[in-house]
Amino acid sequence: MHEFVMIFRNESVGEIKLSSEGMLTVSKDWENWIGGIAAQNKLASTGARLGGDGKTIRPGNVVTNGPYAEIKEIIGGLIIVKADSIEEAAEMANGCPILSIGGNVEIRNVIAMNN
Amino acid sequence: MQEKELIPHLYRTEFRKITAVLTRVFGIEHMEVAEDLVGDTFLQAAETWGLKGVPPNPAAWLYTVAKNKAKDMLKHDAIFNQKVVDAVKLASSQTHEIDIDLSGENIKDSQLQMMFAICHPGIPPEAQIGLALRILCGFGIEEIAVAFLSNKETINKRLFRARERLKELNVKIEFPPESEINNRIGNVLTTLYLLFNEGYYSSTKDKVLSKDLCLEAMRLTYMLIENKGTDLPYVNALLSLMCFHASRFEARTNAKGELVLYDEQDTTLWNQELITQGEYYLNKAATGTELSKYHLEAAIAYWHTTTNPDKWEKILPLYNRLLIIEYSPIAALNRTYALAKVYGNEKAIEEAEKLNLDNNHLYHTLLGELYIDIDTDQALQHLESALKLTRSSADKKLITRKIKKLSA
Repeated sequence: MHEFVMIFRNESVGEIKLSSEGMLTVSKDWENWIGGIAAQNKLASTGARLGGDGKTIRPGNVVTNGPYAEIKEIIGGLIIVKADSIEEAAEMANGCPILSIGGNVEIRNVIAMNN
Repeated sequence: MQEKELIPHLYRTEFRKITAVLTRVFGIEHMEVAEDLVGDTFLQAAETWGLKGVPPNPAAWLYTVAKNKAKDMLKHDAIFNQKVVDAVKLASSQTHEIDIDLSGENIKDSQLQMMFAICHPGIPPEAQIGLALRILCGFGIEEIAVAFLSNKETINKRLFRARERLKELNVKIEFPPESEINNRIGNVLTTLYLLFNEGYYSSTKDKVLSKDLCLEAMRLTYMLIENKGTDLPYVNALLSLMCFHASRFEARTNAKGELVLYDEQDTTLWNQELITQGEYYLNKAATGTELSKYHLEAAIAYWHTTTNPDKWEKILPLYNRLLIIEYSPIAALNRTYALAKVYGNEKAIEEAEKLNLDNNHLYHTLLGELYIDIDTDQALQHLESALKLTRSSADKKLITRKIKKLSA
């Protein structure tokens, strides 16, 4: 088994105003999707959900506001999964709720420490 | 109470108390000496009471006789005495007479400390449960053997090895320091939960015995709650969970001793008193910031005790969170069942097939269930696989019943 990070990206659309019912559906979809991975015993870490506040620091103390560098996509969060291959991890990303709102999932292999 | 019933009854309630106190005085390496001494005390009780009649306060009689036997042993067995006296000297400033304190307070403390000593991560879980049943619950070797579907020799060997291991590890009978309670209590709770499950999912046909195991696990958990230092939210959550499960004890087997599935249970047989107690401890558990797996399992068990039509919508996210904290095949299967209840069987089948639990009979039982109205052939195939994989005769009966119904 190897570990892979799933990075969720979406276009920044500013403050999303969802009704509380809408919010509930979104979080239910995420919970069910992650619960499904955990049910296969393939969730290595729940990782982190990222908020909209951010700053980018460049050499020479150049600081820009916002989490996005050049592109308009921002990283919304990440989880770490266990899979035999990157193909299997990609398969697991099917059904990720971010895909249904125009976002995408980037999968990267994790390099184990001390290797 | 008749004398014939009195001694077994006292054995069940008093053996563990005296043994805990004596073992604490003698040191864990002499646990067996304490057990034998208390055993002798009961033999003497049977002989004496048979001839002279039962004393007015039988428990006090047992305490006095056990205490005298212990003092005699310390007086006459010089080597044993030296070892114990040395150990006691190290532990306290006391120098001459060793005090054997059988007061209620000291009995409680000794039993709690014994619980921490026995539920030690250094000894295998089934040995911990065996020792807990013997020392903390006063079960006879025979009963333990029946509970484990084993024989006396195997159990004796297992207990012997466990005692040896406690000696090797030099486990002390004492409360862990406050700063360490959180680290140590996790293992105690795991063992108590295993003990409960041993009774609840027991393969022994002896219904009284399996219920006893559950009640003992609950009693020990309650002892932790009664003690201020261990009255922690997740301990309350565990007791709550046990109460909710135990509330269905009568409903989950029929007159023939066969298992009755949750959906088919007569809800009037659910024990409302235990459900109310479960709610009480669940409320007590709802403090602090930590959401433990016991909290989640208790909440799931709570919803199972209700007839609320939306309960599966509440149960599914709880299983999601439980699996995120700690994976287990049974939680994965139960989550899939909840998913079917909320989103339908087709969606659940899709998720079930990813679970990779081909060797688990419950996996095939679940799929058999989910396929029933979708694809009878598939349903039958899975039920046949389940039948091949299960070893429990109660489960076999249940699956056979389903296959018959489906192929009719």
